[in-house]
Amino acid sequence: MDWTALWLSLRLAAFTVLLLLPIGIAVGRLLAYRDFTGKGVVEALVALPLVLPPTVFGYYLLVAFGAASPIGQFWQAAFDRPLVFTFEGLLIASIIFNLPFAIQPMQRGFEAIAPDIREAAACCGMSPWRALLAVELPLAWPGILTAMVLSFAHTLGEFGIVLMVGGSIPGETRTIAIAIYDRVQAFDDRAAAQMSALLLVLSLATIALTYAFSRRIGRRLG
Amino acid sequence: MSAGGALVVELRQAAPIPLDARFTCNPGEVMALVGPSGSGKSTILRAIAGTYRPRHARISVGDEVWTDTASAQARPAHRRAVGMVFQNYALFPHMSALGNVLAAMHEGPAGERAVRARSLLELVHLGGLEARRPAELSGGQQQRVAVARALAREPQVLLLDEPFSAVDKSTRQRLYREIAQLRRVLAMPVVLVTHDLDEALLLADRMTVLHHGRTLQSGVPAELTERPASAEVARLVDLRNLFEGEVCGQREDPPATLIAWQGRTLEVASRPDLAAGTPVTWVIPEGYVVAHRRDRPSRGEHENPIDGCIETVLTIGPSTHLSLRVEPERHPIHFAVPAHVARRNGFEAGASARISLLAEGIHLMPAQAGAP
Repeated sequence: MDWTALWLSLRLAAFTVLLLLPIGIAVGRLLAYRDFTGKGVVEALVALPLVLPPTVFGYYLLVAFGAASPIGQFWQAAFDRPLVFTFEGLLIASIIFNLPFAIQPMQRGFEAIAPDIREAAACCGMSPWRALLAVELPLAWPGILTAMVLSFAHTLGEFGIVLMVGGSIPGETRTIAIAIYDRVQAFDDRAAAQMSALLLVLSLATIALTYAFSRRIGRRLG
Repeated sequence: MSAGGALVVELRQAAPIPLDARFTCNPGEVMALVGPSGSGKSTILRAIAGTYRPRHARISVGDEVWTDTASAQARPAHRRAVGMVFQNYALFPHMSALGNVLAAMHEGPAGERAVRARSLLELVHLGGLEARRPAELSGGQQQRVAVARALAREPQVLLLDEPFSAVDKSTRQRLYREIAQLRRVLAMPVVLVTHDLDEALLLADRMTVLHHGRTLQSGVPAELTERPASAEVARLVDLRNLFEGEVCGQREDPPATLIAWQGRTLEVASRPDLAAGTPVTWVIPEGYVVAHRRDRPSRGEHENPIDGCIETVLTIGPSTHLSLRVEPERHPIHFAVPAHVARRNGFEAGASARISLLAEGIHLMPAQAGAP
């Protein structure tokens, strides 16, 4: 059992969800409520990680984050360490490939709020910020929760992109999914089975909890 | 309740929703915006509330200008003191009745706000139901929460968007009485949007008739339903007795104007401004059509007597609604009598009948293009 890899995966998933929360709310809300030129392009870009093979996606991220790229050079200059094959690089990649899992459910959540409810918030004298906190977020909560769980679970399980951008450095970029692959390659079937079972239980538990929460919220909203 | 100034609304745009509306509503006055669905009524309310921005608009309440596109002023919706009751109430489903009312209160200590929110719920007869969520309330109760929430802001203007359309008939009757009572304590302009003419007649001090976003006529309800400005308004306020005629002269004593209609001469209230030969559209509200008894003469028998053949008979509750065909006019004359009168006089389809059109009830309007 590779506890370091598990801890790294959990940390990666938690940071990803935390950082995606404001991004998902902002972009999801924008896509739900505003019509603007190029909206179709933005939606397509957001959905791209769903259809692109992870290795292809990982390859482009590797190129984009590499020491030869402007992003990689900027990172090196700013933090005195490379972006590829580090936890930070993995985290940024994780945020990017989780965009559709975070944004789409949140967008649906905001779209589900009737326009007159939002108008009512304004007519009640709520500023846009207050309306967001008191009305929109509580009502879009099922979508937001789904987005968080999907991103978390997806980060735990992602393999191709992690391998491309992060490699398999213990304690830095070796996630549990990579560790399982390593163990299988080393014919350590026991460790692979243990870790797979743990990941299965973890995933099942998160999904079950989400469904239970959604049902409760659904009942509460009538 | 807070007192403010009059609401003055002027809206104009060609697209996407055509608007050409202007009206005023004084403090304490209920102004009904009446028109068929799709006539832009709700859009006008949203423009007042600030959730919709028409191309050209000027909206002011007392000294405060809320929208003035000419000087690029538009106060955001949340900074306009409006109380709005939405068609489907738009209550916040995740908040209790009390929470919904509190959501519209932002000033003063929390304790005071809670006391005032409770008293508002008492005012709309919802005491004891503060903790219920909207899903646990009936349609009528939800409407009351919406009214309490709208008043909670101490609005300068109260906007009611078809507030009675989502409740059953008996609840609606009860809510009418409650709103009529509530009106007495409201000192702000109240704009009521409705497609139900009876509702407007019952609740409004003044009415504005709207069609395709255009305000056609404003006035007290009786003025609109008895003296519409045009055939279009007449039809929108449900006046069905609309006919084409021509002025054929003036009588001196007693003064009256005479019009020719389908080979007959009708006496109408004096309109010396209309010269002989002027084509007119005339209208008579059903209340000014008198049916004569068969056995003996009745009041007004000599006033514009008309013979015809009864075409349709429809008894609804205590009244019988009849239509009388008068040759060669294409459209029948509609009128109503108490059901027992219809029975006693043998008013049935195919029977002949005599009616009088009371001169004071006949209203002349500019002739319209095409038949009614």
